[in-house]
Amino acid sequence: MRIYVPCDSSALSVGADAVARAIMAEISSRGLSDVTVIRNGSRGLFWLEPLVEVETARGRVAYGPVTPGVVVELFDAGMLEGKPHGLCLGLTEEIPYLKRQERLTFARCGITDPLSLSDYIAHGGYQGLKRARTMTPEAIVEETVQSGLRGRGGAGFPTGIKWRTVLKTPASQKYIVCNADEGDSGTYADRMIMEGDPFVLIEGMTIAGLAVGATQGYVYIRSEYPHGFRTMRRAVEIAREAGYLGPDFDIDIRLGAGAYICGEETSLLESLEGKRGQVRPRPPLPAVEGLFGKPTVVNNLISLATVPIIFDRGAQFYRDFGMGRSRGTLTIQLAGNLKYAGLVEKAFGLTLREAIYDFGGGTRTGRPFRAVQVGGPLGAYFPEALLDTPLDYEAFAEKKGLIGHGGVVVFDDTVDLAEQARFAMEFCAIESCGKCTPCRIGSTRGVEVIDRIVAGQDRARNLELLNDLCETLLDGSLCALGGLTPFPVQSAVHHFPEDFAKLKV
Amino acid sequence: MELPRIEGERDNIFLTSSNPTWDPARALVRIRELQTLPGALLPILHALQEEFGYVDDAAIPLVSQALNLSHAEVHGVITFYHDFHREPGGRHLLQICRAESCQSMGCNALVRHVENKLAAKLGETTADGAFTLKPVYCLGNCALSPAVMLDGKPYGRVSEEVVDFLIDSARRM
Ligand SMILES: Cc1cc2nc3c(=O)[nH]c(=O)nc-3n(C[C@H](O)[C@H](O)[C@H](O)COP(=O)(O)O)c2cc1C
Ligand code: SF4
Repeated sequence: MRIYVPCDSSALSVGADAVARAIMAEISSRGLSDVTVIRNGSRGLFWLEPLVEVETARGRVAYGPVTPGVVVELFDAGMLEGKPHGLCLGLTEEIPYLKRQERLTFARCGITDPLSLSDYIAHGGYQGLKRARTMTPEAIVEETVQSGLRGRGGAGFPTGIKWRTVLKTPASQKYIVCNADEGDSGTYADRMIMEGDPFVLIEGMTIAGLAVGATQGYVYIRSEYPHGFRTMRRAVEIAREAGYLGPDFDIDIRLGAGAYICGEETSLLESLEGKRGQVRPRPPLPAVEGLFGKPTVVNNLISLATVPIIFDRGAQFYRDFGMGRSRGTLTIQLAGNLKYAGLVEKAFGLTLREAIYDFGGGTRTGRPFRAVQVGGPLGAYFPEALLDTPLDYEAFAEKKGLIGHGGVVVFDDTVDLAEQARFAMEFCAIESCGKCTPCRIGSTRGVEVIDRIVAGQDRARNLELLNDLCETLLDGSLCALGGLTPFPVQSAVHHFPEDFAKLKV
Repeated sequence: MELPRIEGERDNIFLTSSNPTWDPARALVRIRELQTLPGALLPILHALQEEFGYVDDAAIPLVSQALNLSHAEVHGVITFYHDFHREPGGRHLLQICRAESCQSMGCNALVRHVENKLAAKLGETTADGAFTLKPVYCLGNCALSPAVMLDGKPYGRVSEEVVDFLIDSARRM
């Protein structure tokens, strides 16, 4: 008999450890010898965390949100048999929020014990690698191209095409680098996989290694994720002990040091090499001259963690999901002011409105919706009128927005978009790597100009100045930090001009 | 069964060290453990910060020599990254997320509340040396905004009452 209590850091942040301890205490005080507590990842229904599940003959039954104080009562009510209680949510798989999803990349997350290799394998793990091992590198690359998988780190570049370049570049050493810097506010999918299903990333990186002829991988994890870092490091040790990593392909786990720019792939490579995280000019592409000057695949964690299911089920299976040129599923991360914020893995094409209302349940504060920022700090702010935009790379680009890593941050009517635009400029100034003048200096000027606009000084002229600054950033930036900061700024001005027109005290 | 994380288990990545006194011998032990890694500089700086709670300027020559880098290069790396502190911090590190998701749930008010309570601004250490207060741009706990991290432990849906409780409990530790 098993009880599941998540060890995902969001679950921990609302007391999952205390709940686990209370449950263990209750098990021992009742002398139940056949009950095991498993610390699983999160199902991603965060408003229900800590979400406790028990295994029953009917399937797993969920209770949540559980507090330590209610544990005795739950045992008395017959939680171990999946009996009713005010906190009982029924069969986990039948919870509509989960049932309406298409969980491919997240097929196991929240179900298995993240650090149990046997659990991983029992739930379909390593099937993709098994098949990839029977294929030539060219065939692996071709399968990845055919799947339609595009990079989930932000730019949406076809993963197979990137791999093809690395495969075709001869070198004595090649690398697979997983970008787990996940700096965008509103995103946590990488973290959930590291904490909830780390072996899927290891498997994906191993397949990538086979595809391009790389024998060494690195996972670069942001330091804001201490739990993810530890789980990942432990998972690599376990995989190595079991012979899944070794001389043919091995992985080293590295820690970032609190720089948003190190999510940009060339800055990340500099950082891995032990340098300041400054962006490299390109060409050369990292695929040709990457880590330590060698051909390198740099992929987002979700891109790599999606590879195993593509090889397990086939490229066609994967590409059958989605719309237009956005194939497969998007791991939408609902965040901010929402009642039901959580992970929604769905085929591309869900509209923002469906994400925010059908899944997210509207604002948590109960106040009217006002704005949504999709794609992290460099993403545009959209008003109500754009909520019918489908989550699809091209549809978003058409509306001057971006999907980025799939974060959706919702704001109610208390938001001030001039403040948000100011923050975008401030953030650019704080995180600039310093290489380009517009990004390093222009961003601080941007903050000042917005302050003047808000203070009502020469409003028309300063709005024009702000626009000019944005154009300079667009044209004069080596990377998208400077180059895309105009997105949140200009979208705020364009869609919410009233916030720049009222005099503030 | 493995319980990977137990409440109260301290996480070493950010922590104020139990023995913050600079000691070149201890520093060299950590440097030697890691110096043969490819791209060893960040792992070494993290190890030093774990050992002492900060990276002492006196570490620069030791690291430079071990990695065959100039002092300026090592210094340049230490100052580039927000994580590395060059001075010992408070006994506790409180990081408050002030990125967009937490903004949407009122983190700016939470920051003002904490700054008032501790009489220290973001980036500062309290006069009694108990807390270092730092802004952080996303903790990946955006479904439960506003979020903070205290000594490497995450907290979500943090109200003023909750943060008061966290601060008061940490102070008594
Ligand atoms: C400022 C900036 C920050 C970025 N941050 C991340 C990040 O945190 N994670 C990520 O995967 N990609 C990030 N990217 C995108 C990467 O540069 C790169 O496109 C990505 O890692 C490639 O992997 P993919 O093709 O699988 O998406 C960032 C880009 C920029 C310009
Ligand atoms: S745009 Fe900014 S972050 Fe990007 S390379 Fe230039 S200075 Fe660095």
